[in-house]
Parts: sequence; structure tokens; C-alpha cells
Amino acid sequence: MEKPVNNRAWFLVLPVLVLVAFSAVIPLMTVVNYSVQDTFGNNEFFWNGIGWFKDVLESDRVHAALGRQLLFSGIILAIEIPLGIFIALNMPKRGFWASLCLVLMALPLLIPWNVVGTIWQVFGRVDIGLLGHTLAALGFDYNYVNDPIDAWATIIVMDVWHWTSLVALLCYAGLQSIPDAYYQAARIDQASRWGVFRFIELPKMSGVLLIAVLLRFMDSFMIYTEPFVVTGGGPGNATTFLSIDLVKMAIGQFDLGPAAAFSLIYFLVILLISWVFYTVMTAQREVP
Amino acid sequence: MTLELQGVTKDVAGQTWIHPTDLTLAPGSMNVLLGPTLAGKTSLMRLMAGLDRPTAGRVLWQGRDVTGQRVQDRKVAMVYQQFINYPSMTVYDNIASPLRLQRVPRAQIDARVRRTAEMMRLTPLLHRRPLELSGGQQQRTALARALVKDAGLVLLDEPLANLDYKLREELRAEIPRIFAASGAIFVYATTEPDEALLLGGNTATLWEGRVTQFGPTPEVYRTPRDATTARVFSDPPMNFAMVPVRNGTGSLAGQTWPAGDLPDGDYRAGFRAPHLSIDQTPGTIPLQVEVDGTEITGAETYVHVIHDATRWVALVPGVRRLERGTALTLWLDPAHVFLFADGGRLARAAPYAAAAATAAVSAAATAADTAAA
Amino acid sequence: MARITLDDLAHSYDRHPRGDADYALKPMTLTWRDGGAYALLGSSGCGKTTLLNIISGLVRPSRGRVLFGDRDVTNLPTAARDIAQVFQFPVVYDTMTVRQNLAFPLKNRGVPEAEIARRVAGVAAMIGMEETLDRRARGLTADAKQKISLGRGMVRHDVNAILFDEPLTVIDPHMKWELRTQLKSLHREFGHTMIYVTHDQTEALTFADEVVVMSEGRVVQAGTPQSLFDRPEHTFVGYFIGSPGMNLLDAQVDGATARVAGAAVPLAAPYRLNAGRVQIGIRPDAARLSGGGDGIPFRLERVEDVGHHRILRGRVGDQPFNVVQGEGAPIPADADRVTLDPARIGVFVDDWRVEPQERAA
Repeated sequence: MEKPVNNRAWFLVLPVLVLVAFSAVIPLMTVVNYSVQDTFGNNEFFWNGIGWFKDVLESDRVHAALGRQLLFSGIILAIEIPLGIFIALNMPKRGFWASLCLVLMALPLLIPWNVVGTIWQVFGRVDIGLLGHTLAALGFDYNYVNDPIDAWATIIVMDVWHWTSLVALLCYAGLQSIPDAYYQAARIDQASRWGVFRFIELPKMSGVLLIAVLLRFMDSFMIYTEPFVVTGGGPGNATTFLSIDLVKMAIGQFDLGPAAAFSLIYFLVILLISWVFYTVMTAQREVP
Repeated sequence: MTLELQGVTKDVAGQTWIHPTDLTLAPGSMNVLLGPTLAGKTSLMRLMAGLDRPTAGRVLWQGRDVTGQRVQDRKVAMVYQQFINYPSMTVYDNIASPLRLQRVPRAQIDARVRRTAEMMRLTPLLHRRPLELSGGQQQRTALARALVKDAGLVLLDEPLANLDYKLREELRAEIPRIFAASGAIFVYATTEPDEALLLGGNTATLWEGRVTQFGPTPEVYRTPRDATTARVFSDPPMNFAMVPVRNGTGSLAGQTWPAGDLPDGDYRAGFRAPHLSIDQTPGTIPLQVEVDGTEITGAETYVHVIHDATRWVALVPGVRRLERGTALTLWLDPAHVFLFADGGRLARAAPYAAAAATAAVSAAATAADTAAA
Repeated sequence: MARITLDDLAHSYDRHPRGDADYALKPMTLTWRDGGAYALLGSSGCGKTTLLNIISGLVRPSRGRVLFGDRDVTNLPTAARDIAQVFQFPVVYDTMTVRQNLAFPLKNRGVPEAEIARRVAGVAAMIGMEETLDRRARGLTADAKQKISLGRGMVRHDVNAILFDEPLTVIDPHMKWELRTQLKSLHREFGHTMIYVTHDQTEALTFADEVVVMSEGRVVQAGTPQSLFDRPEHTFVGYFIGSPGMNLLDAQVDGATARVAGAAVPLAAPYRLNAGRVQIGIRPDAARLSGGGDGIPFRLERVEDVGHHRILRGRVGDQPFNVVQGEGAPIPADADRVTLDPARIGVFVDDWRVEPQERAA
């Protein structure tokens, strides 16, 4: 159905545009401004062209952080997406247990990021934390403060605990919209459980799955608070992801120019990867 | 109250959805838009309602130009194929909602809601919610909401399409009664010729964005202006055959009959399914066909046949089971044959139509007399 | 393929049904012959879908048995029943091509590749989709998708029955005609047992050899289209079949005469009736309109010209009464009576048909 065109409608959007301009575009412009200038203090700035960008792109430190970041996001997606789908598939479809499951699943999503970090920071401590203490008692040599592998494992488990529910809830909503007739038809065709998943559930979930992947990717790629609270980026630089590195550079060392260039590149990378995800996944859906 | 479309056109994305259309809907008339899906019925209705602005042309309401006026400012009501009601409100509140929006005084609202509910036979259901009602009752609620406004123009877009067959039949019989009681201009879109005939009033046949004919329903049915109109207004589809006319005589399958004073030439003959008969009656001509299948509807049978590689359908009374491939003779009265010239224009109306039209007029008069008495 | 027997079948969605009213499906016993075309006809909520779900194995009946041939399948799951089903809304596997859709049930059953290819080609020809075999199913029109659903059933050789659940609901009117004709010829050619659920009398009557009319969870009549039309066993059948439906008039019957609205109506045979509400029923096309003279007083209210016939709507006393007459037939100017064809009058007591005396004896 075609809708009547009314150009006056644009005026209604105007206030939002103005608001976005003030809240996002202007700060962004400040960053752009910093990224092309250098300063020696005294509020004196001079033109540095693309110097900072070159520095950042060639910096081993940034490369390493980017590598860690990609690895982290990859692991997160590889665990949370299948696990979320699996949980959604096994949740009760209706009745009391369905509601209970939904409430339980929603709980981790309601906890603020820094609290999640704090919970796991304490939870994993060998001296007083339930997890750390139990593992130690069982004879595991677990210490996330000293051991990079343990630090990674802790952060990944924490993120999975925090965010798998989101994937599960989205998939659950997708599954709920499949009419019973599809399952019945599959039974009549003697489709296997895998067949039902592959040819009915997965195609019908693909829309929400796309959203889940995008959300989880963008969010994990920008993760800051939780690892900062738990490990502070350590041991060494083992869990220093891009955002932590960026903050260290900007606030810790007060390298405003490189930090500004860094954040612009960071922003573009996220935009680029999200766009690639989106195009690939929608293109796959729309093949005639 | 008159609605007039003057040269109304609608283009969307370089495609013409509605070709220039002139249409005058008389005060208090029932107007059926008949055509297949995507013929432009809904587009035309949206233009009438003011939901869309025509690309060219004008819409006049009571002689005043209302082209481009906001739909909220016009007294228009619309009912859709889906039953659209507010699920959380009772039937009473649903019907009252348009009046509350118009800030009608409370006492008046109550009187009007009850009057409309009575007309739609919803009075015992006023305190139920839509989801507790049957499909027919839900659609009656939607109709009541449209009627309570006292809109001068009521647009119904295939309002019965989603209902059970029998309910559809009942509401179809009720709508003319409701319409007569309301005095508004009704515009009713449908894909089914039978529905148009049952509703009566006037019919505009639509085909690919064009109104092919507009006039009193039985007249459009019996004297279609061209082959397209005849096709749109026939269910099952009209049967066609090529007929040469020489010296005022038409011939089909070796049989001849007088074809009036038509100039010589090749014509396309059209005749409807119920006019093909299995039994010979005086004045009919025989046609040799091969049976392709039968469908029984209870009182009648559709016989699908093949004549000279052309598919025809005959509607014959009673139950007939004929094996596929059987040779069969069908009988056709030439009085029931329309002749269309090149390009589809009607060259000669079926002679029976004139007689039937007179009969219909006298029947209507009889009914009016008895009803008045 | 198999004969289907419903043996004292009943179903209630209540775990502990108390009365008749709690049963969505009242006790019924029916036998459907192998290779027949049957229709379950009734308005929404009459129990026809429940019955279909019991046959397909989606619902387990609270009472009675379902037999395919001599095999009791009451407790078998859907997959083990070897049936095919076409649903109200088309069900296709979106990501597969038409070919893969049609092959799917065979693949799952481990049929060899060559055999699959042969049968898919055969079915594609049957449903007229050879051209579109390699298209993705997602973008197809509703009627094409419905044909695929049908094809997925026909491709198997082991189907006991093909079930249809209002399969033409989302199909465009002019395609309905074509699809219906195609179904009919498929049935003729391949002789599957077919069960078709619908609320549309035309669909039911044109499709089926035998129509099962249901009302409020009860089978009110099972018979050929002709018997439903000529001799309805229940007033509901009279009303539901035919448009407009059968006229029903309250009457007192005494021997071979019925008294309606003060007038005497001759019947074809004498009746002896038990107590109850007595009605006579007559099809609108078996009544004639006349001016003065014999007949029941009738008030004409509206004439509807429906093309090849006219519906004359009016009242006898305060009961609605319709007469149908042919396109050319004249309407008498002073029409105030209707006369009924005695051979086509049915007598009903408490909604059920009663036979005249000698035939009952």
C-alpha cells in the first residue's frame, strides 16, 4: 500500500535532528578537531594533518589491542549465539514455566555494567570469592589477577552470563512467531529434529538473529566497564581491549591528538564491520 | 449529497494506477466497484475518501472542490476487509469512539450508539469485547462504527471477504436494508459478480485501473459495453467463440441465426454459463462439445467442456455426473448471445436483455408497491 | 491408501467433561472408503478442525478409535500415520527451491536419488510447476505455495490420506476456480483418499463425493451433495446448503395436510408425528409465487436480480420466506400467495427430518 507523501512531516523530525546535532555531531567535530592538531600546552594548537592517524595505524600497541578485541568479539559471538539459540529452543513455549523462564532470563540484563564487573571481580577471587575459592579447593591453579588465560576465561564467562539471555530472548520471540502448521507439516514430512531447525526454525529466526549478532558484536567490540572493573586491563596488557587502551591513551597519558585519531578509526572500524555483517546477512536472506 | 470525480488520475512511481476517471455518485445511492484483485478498487476508494491525493483531476463533494482536503475534515467512514476494532473496548465504546472524538454531547452519543446498535442487531452484545464475538459480529461492530458517524460517504472495501460463507450471505442480504435506512452514499468494493448483483444499486466495473462501465447493476450485467466488462461481470468466466456474420446472419458450428442489421465481418460471441443448456428448448442451436469435468454445487452443476480447443463452462440445473471425455450436445439460444466487434466494443446486445430489463423494472415496481402496502 | 474408520469417536478439551456441552466433538461413528473424496462442512467452531486434527494425529481423542484400514492408529503420532496435509496458510520451506521442497519428504525417508528425481518430475508435471522447479519457494504467490504443499503430499506413494484444512482461504478468487478444478482432476487420476475441511458449501459440494455436515460438534448429516440438497436430515443442513437456504415454517401437521399461517398445505404423504416443534421445509426454488387463489399468504418485500435467477424476499406471517425464480419468469402484479411443490416439502420435528407414515413402516 502506498502512503500519501507529505513533506511537512520533515518539520516534525527537526527537533530531534537539532538535539542529535548538539549531543553527537558537535562532540564528534571536537574529536575531529583534536585529531588533526598537536599542542604543547598553553592551549596553543597547530596543524598536524594526518600525522596522528598514521601514528595510530602504525602503532604496535593499537594493533595488539585490535587483535585482542577481534579475538574477544569472535569468541563471544561463537559462544553466545549458538548458546542463545539452544536455550531459546529448549524454553517452554507457554504457561507458567515460560513466564518464569522469561523473568529469570531477563535478570542479568537488568544489572548495571559496573555492578556485573564488581560481582565477578569478587566472585572470582581466590580468597573470598565463591568461584575462585571453589576452583582452588578443587585443586585448579586459578588466579585471574596473575594468569592471562584465567583473566580471559573470567571475562568471557562473565560476558556470556551477562548477555546470552539477550540472544535467547530475541530468538525466543522469533520462534514464537512460527505457526504450528509448520511443525506439523515437518512431522508429516518426517523431517529430523535437525531438519526442523535447519529449514523452519533457523530461516524464521534469521531476522532476529541478524539483530542479535549486530547488537552483540557492536557491544562486545566496545566493551569497557566490566573488564576494567575486573582486571583493569591486566595482567600486563592481556585484557586491554580497544576502549581500555583508548582511555589509557587519552586520560592516562593525556595524548589527546593520537587518542582522537584512535577514536575516529575505532568508530569507522565498528561502522565498517557492522555494515559488512548487515549486508552479508540481508543479502543471504533476499536471494530470489 | 453528491460525490463527483472529474478526470481523477493516480500515478505511482511512473505507473498509472487509475486512468482518468469521471464518476458521479448520486445522493443516497449504493455503488458497487466490481473488479478482480489489483484492478484499482482500493486505490479509487482511497481517492474518494481523500486518503490519497489524485495526480490530476478534482473531487467534488456537494459541488465543492475537496481535492487534497484532509480526510479528518471530511465526513467519510471506511470499513476494511479485516475487522478493525479496539480490542480493549466494549462494543458500546467501540461504536461510541468516533463520536467521542468529535466531542458530541454525552446524551446524544448514547442515543446514537443505541440506535445504530439496534440497526446492526448488536444490542445484546453491547457489553462484550470484540474478541468475544464471532467474525460476523466483529464486522458488524466495525460497520456500526462507520455508520454511527452519520458520514455522508461510507466506503466498504470487501467487508465480507474474511467471513464464513453463510455469514457472508446473511450480511449481504442485510447491507441493502442498512443502507436504505442510513441515507448515505455507499461505495462497496468486491471481486464477486454475485455480490454486486445481490447488492443492486449501481455498479462500476474496473479493469486494470479503468472504469469500463458505470450504471444500474442489472443493466451493466445484461448490456455490458464491451467484452472486458462482460468478463469482469461473469462468474464463472464468460464463454467466447468467433462468429462470422454475413448478410445479417451469424453462424457458429454450422448453425445460423439472424444477427440483426450488423455489417458483415468477424465478431466475438460471448454467452454466460447458465445460458448453455443440456436440454433442447425451442429456438436453440446445438453445439458439439467434449466434457472436461463436472462440479456439483447442490442445486446445480458446473459442466466444464471443450469446444474447438476453447474451454467453456455451462451451469445446468440438477446434479449431473458426466465422465471426462464424453461427447455432449449443449444447446444455446441465440437470444443470449452478445456480439463484440474488433477491439471488444459491444456490437449487438443479447436480445433477451431488453426483455429481462423490462421484467426487472416491473418486478421492482411490484415489490415497491407491496412494501408500501 | 486406506479406508478410514471413526469408531465411537468423541473429544473434549476438558479433562473431566461433565455434560454434552463440554464435548467439542460429540460421539460419532463413520466409515470413509478408500480413495473417496470427502468434505467436512460447517461454520467456524463446529468441530470440523478438531476432527481433522484427530485424524492427522495432532489431537488424541478422549474417546473412541481411529482406524486406517484395519490398523488402530488412535495413539500413533502424526509422523507414523503416513498422511499428507495442506494447511489454511501455505507451508513451504522458504530457503529451499521448489524442487528441494518436493523432494524433502522422500529424502527424509531415504529414497534413492534417482527415484526422487523421477517422482519430483512427475509431481511437478501434475501440479503444473515444471517451469519453476529451480526457483526459491520464498518469493512465490500464495497459490503456487499451496500447490507445493499439495505436491509434497502427492510425491509420496505411501500416503493413506491427504487432508485439506480450508486450503483456498488465501487464494485469489479467480485462482480458486483453477485450483479446485486441478484438485478434482488429481483425485480422479490418482485416487487418494482426500478429506477436505471448509465452511464454503460450493467448495465442499464441488469437491466431495460425500459431504459430512457438522454443527455444534455433531455430525448432522453425511451424504452426497444431492441428498443434502434434496433431503436434508436436519434443519441446519437445509439452512446451510443452498443460497438462500431452505425456508422453514412453523406448522401443524395432520395426516397429509400441514397448516401454515392459517392456510392448508397439501403434503405428498400422510405423517404421524410425536410431540415437539413441527416445521415444514421447502427449497426456495420449489415455491411458486401467485396472485390470489390457493397457497400460503405471503408478503413480498424485496426483489434481488442475481443474473440468471431472481430472489424474491418476503415473509409468511412473521417468518422470512424466499422464492427463487428463473431469469425470464414474470412476477404476478398482485403477488400475495406462495404455493409449494408437495413432493419437495420436508417435515421436521425438533429440527430432525421425519419420514411419512408408509415409508417409515
